[in-house]
Amino acid sequence: MAMLKVTDLTVNYGMIQAVKGISFEVKEGEIVALIGANGAGKTTTLQTVTGMIPSRTGTIEFAGTDITKVPAHRIVSMGLAHVPEGRRVFAQLTVLENLKMGAYTRKDKDGIEETLKEIYKRFPRLEERKSQLAGTLSGGEQQMLAMGRALMSRPKMIVMDEPSMGLSPLYVAEIFKIIQDINASGTTVLLVEQNAKKALSIADQAYVLETGNIVLSGKASDLMNDDSVKKAYLSE
Amino acid sequence: MNGLRTGSIYALIALGYTMVYGIAKMINFAHGDIIMVGAYTLYIGIALLHLPVIAAMILTAAVCSILGVLIEKVAYKPLRKAPPLAVLITAIGMSYFLQSVALLIFTSTPIPFRSVIDLEAVQVGSVNISGITIVTLVVTTVIMVCLTLFINKTKAGSAMRAVSEDRGAAELMGINVNRTISMTFAIGSALAAVAGILYICQYQSLRPTLGALPGIKAFVAAVLGGIGSVPGAMLGGIVLGLIESMAKAYISTELADAIVFGVLVVVLLVRPAGLLGKKTLVKV
Repeated sequence: MAMLKVTDLTVNYGMIQAVKGISFEVKEGEIVALIGANGAGKTTTLQTVTGMIPSRTGTIEFAGTDITKVPAHRIVSMGLAHVPEGRRVFAQLTVLENLKMGAYTRKDKDGIEETLKEIYKRFPRLEERKSQLAGTLSGGEQQMLAMGRALMSRPKMIVMDEPSMGLSPLYVAEIFKIIQDINASGTTVLLVEQNAKKALSIADQAYVLETGNIVLSGKASDLMNDDSVKKAYLSE
Repeated sequence: MNGLRTGSIYALIALGYTMVYGIAKMINFAHGDIIMVGAYTLYIGIALLHLPVIAAMILTAAVCSILGVLIEKVAYKPLRKAPPLAVLITAIGMSYFLQSVALLIFTSTPIPFRSVIDLEAVQVGSVNISGITIVTLVVTTVIMVCLTLFINKTKAGSAMRAVSEDRGAAELMGINVNRTISMTFAIGSALAAVAGILYICQYQSLRPTLGALPGIKAFVAAVLGGIGSVPGAMLGGIVLGLIESMAKAYISTELADAIVFGVLVVVLLVRPAGLLGKKTLVKV
């Protein structure tokens, strides 16, 4: 079953058409990677999916519901969480307050406590630093916080925008392992990455985006061996 | 003591400026005129409708809250994505609009008003503290404690801080940003209503422009303390009130206002972000 189905999506930034009629889908339980160079429209696509910017034409369906016109603040309670580019943790709030913001739309107090425990188990460092201001964390820790914050809503699907950006190789490896873990525990993942090699190595399906168009798609393992992909994105 | 009292009123108004700035990133120059509307509402409630004092005060707070939310919805919300200068000019226009409407209804003749707060003065040692001063200090302290707890300890308060920091990320959490902004205007305007009530119980005269001077001084207080900072607004208000009354007592009544604004200039030269303001971090 398709968890997310995007059909003929176009998005404009003022006069510029950033996304030019793309269609793709993410099946339940998969990791799907969206790769491409800077300015290809990856972030725009994700932001349109979660309602942060309006689409011009096309439809977005999530778990069988049309969410094309649903405002951003109502998306998360439908089970779709977004880990934004650049992490965007609330720097002046503590780690714990950040995590609680992630559960903003949930009303079940006991359930929230339980999810919090699960997240501390997954990210022990967040528990150690729970009363620290999020702005004092390192980049890798902030990325973990941004992921933990998104998980607090107990999403069916999570979209992640450049989670490895600006991190040391050690953290990059850890973050990708965490993404696999999150997926293994039943959350569907849509991943946007410039680190194409890493992204393709953990993804099931992948789409290659070039200046607003999908130019290539298929099984991630096939794309990894595709000559044009190798040349353009895997620097071989 | 007078300084503390005036300072408390400035602090209450400054809180409205600073909270709205924190959440909506704009200076609501019509904020001072909410005080005026509050003052006239109280007058109408007591002198014309003959309501009990408490009921009239609640009516005042309600009218100001609703007016604050309405102003945001009608005048500022359509400009959410407009350049800051357009919003600023709209706010100044809104201020004159409120004053003109009051002028049309009540004319420019001052209306005398008897204080509704009747309390005996208290003698502490050699100092005589008037009833209105005590009420002002108590009310302000209670409000500040409650507001601080609300912002720091409740879910709605955390949501406000989240919106203030990153509107987009807050939306991703499921926070309704429009509702948060409305709530901020409602709270800020209710505080202005309280300030208005305390203010006219002290000055006992109603004019359509009565909100302008305390409004601008409270704005100075908010900038002095660091605009966007809640404890800063409290501190800025008190400091400003104290400076003003000292200047009146020891230097000159006429020069007091000049000294107040002079202090602002000096503070901003030394600490551009205000006393408790955060240095803006520029991300590379």
